[in-house]
Amino acid sequence: MNEPAVSVDRLVKIYKTGTAVAGISFALAPGSIVGLLGGNGAGKTTTIAMILGLITPTSGSVRVLGWEMPRQRYRVLDRMNFESPYVDMPMRLTVRQNLTVFGRLYGVEGLGDRIAAVSAEFDLTDLLDRQTGKLSAGQKTRVAVAKALLNHPDILLLDEPTASLDPDTADWVRGRLEAYRLERGATVLLASHNMAEVERLCDRVIIMKKGRIEDDAPPQTLLARYGRSTLEEVFLDVARGRREADEAAQ
Amino acid sequence: MPSLRRIGAMVLRYWYLLRSSWPRLLELIYWPAVQMLTWGFLQLYLAQNAGFFARAGGTFIGAVLLWDILFRGQLGFSISFLEEMWARNLANLMISPLRPIEFIAALMIMSIVRLVIGMVPVTLLALGFFAFNIYALGLVLAAFFVNLILTSWAIGIVVSAIVLRNGLGAESIAWTIMFLLLPLACVYYPVTTLPQVLQIVAWTLPPTYVFEGMRAMLIDRVFRVDLMIDALALNAVLLVAATAAFIALLRSARRNGALLQTGE
Repeated sequence: MNEPAVSVDRLVKIYKTGTAVAGISFALAPGSIVGLLGGNGAGKTTTIAMILGLITPTSGSVRVLGWEMPRQRYRVLDRMNFESPYVDMPMRLTVRQNLTVFGRLYGVEGLGDRIAAVSAEFDLTDLLDRQTGKLSAGQKTRVAVAKALLNHPDILLLDEPTASLDPDTADWVRGRLEAYRLERGATVLLASHNMAEVERLCDRVIIMKKGRIEDDAPPQTLLARYGRSTLEEVFLDVARGRREADEAAQ
Repeated sequence: MPSLRRIGAMVLRYWYLLRSSWPRLLELIYWPAVQMLTWGFLQLYLAQNAGFFARAGGTFIGAVLLWDILFRGQLGFSISFLEEMWARNLANLMISPLRPIEFIAALMIMSIVRLVIGMVPVTLLALGFFAFNIYALGLVLAAFFVNLILTSWAIGIVVSAIVLRNGLGAESIAWTIMFLLLPLACVYYPVTTLPQVLQIVAWTLPPTYVFEGMRAMLIDRVFRVDLMIDALALNAVLLVAATAAFIALLRSARRNGALLQTGE
């Protein structure tokens, strides 16, 4: 069996204000795309930040491509990338300048060609010389996703990648992400509130609540397990504790 | 191993930013020019009315120019860092292969770039208005410059670390911390002017040695090598301590989740 691309073991993060992640474990198989679902404060972003090495766990461990995070992060950071609407790119720089700076930071070979390729792929060619801050929300998201794919990451972490996008653009971005994953065999962890997105893209879903994993299964299994027809209904069942209530009633 | 490519990428990022905004460029020159002209004309007035100042020609203008190297050097370092906080770009950098030491190196280079843009026109103004040629100091100026820029970087590193750990609520430190040195480092007067207790404090600060050295040079025409060596030794200690503080506060920021939430 292949070694997991990402392995999370009994991961805990406790802040002064409370417990954000309460001892979760999971592994991501290479080439898989896994959805991380949960309400606000469920611990999704903290989990992703610990996988990226941005936050040090209180206890437990994270391994990415076999390397321990955050201690050995420089062994692997050039093979990862991240996109989130909550992290901006420098607004006064043009799209081309931003992609150039990040391309150099990641040591992308043939950077000019790579920028041309991602720009064509994300329909940014006409925007390359415009200031990033002057783009629409949808255009900025496309730039951020282009930046996240610039270094051909083996591990891609996405925190609500289609938030603030109109349905058409969101669907288009999902298509690009799916194509990238299939083309490169990349492993993708996708935190989202958009159930249709998770249902369409993910071959497995981890549902978090109050820092714990409430469920972890492929979408179809979850639908069958909860007797629901959509993931949104499953999510609401978990968020409102209906399953536990039903089991207790029986 | 630090990578010149990544350091270059960060310098490029700040250069793009600087050249995209003429107010940013103008600001680099504006305050040093106003300060130099004010003190220059004051010195001119005093020189016409007091014998000592007639002999000590250039000490005020020299002090202003050297003070600006110290102050603007730190500000240039800290502002480049603050740009990342203002742009909410820090998380993007911290998940990239950029090492902290490379980040610091890029900030050091940018502090020099900003200093050159701001100070060269002002030194030329000093030459035009007051016939004060700071470049005539030659290698002595280089010794002053090296010591002042090292102190400015050490303080810039500490300020950046504090902002990194505590968020933009601590931003005002970047603008004000250097003014604590203004009276203590004896920019405009000799150390002996201070009370005994403050003299001890003054001699723990590397810039004090530079400003004393400047007065020795301009008034007595003596280059005090001993002062420059002492300043260099203190700067080495200061830089090591500042880098250690930066690494410790960066670790603390990772523990507290501050790298994701870079607001107030």
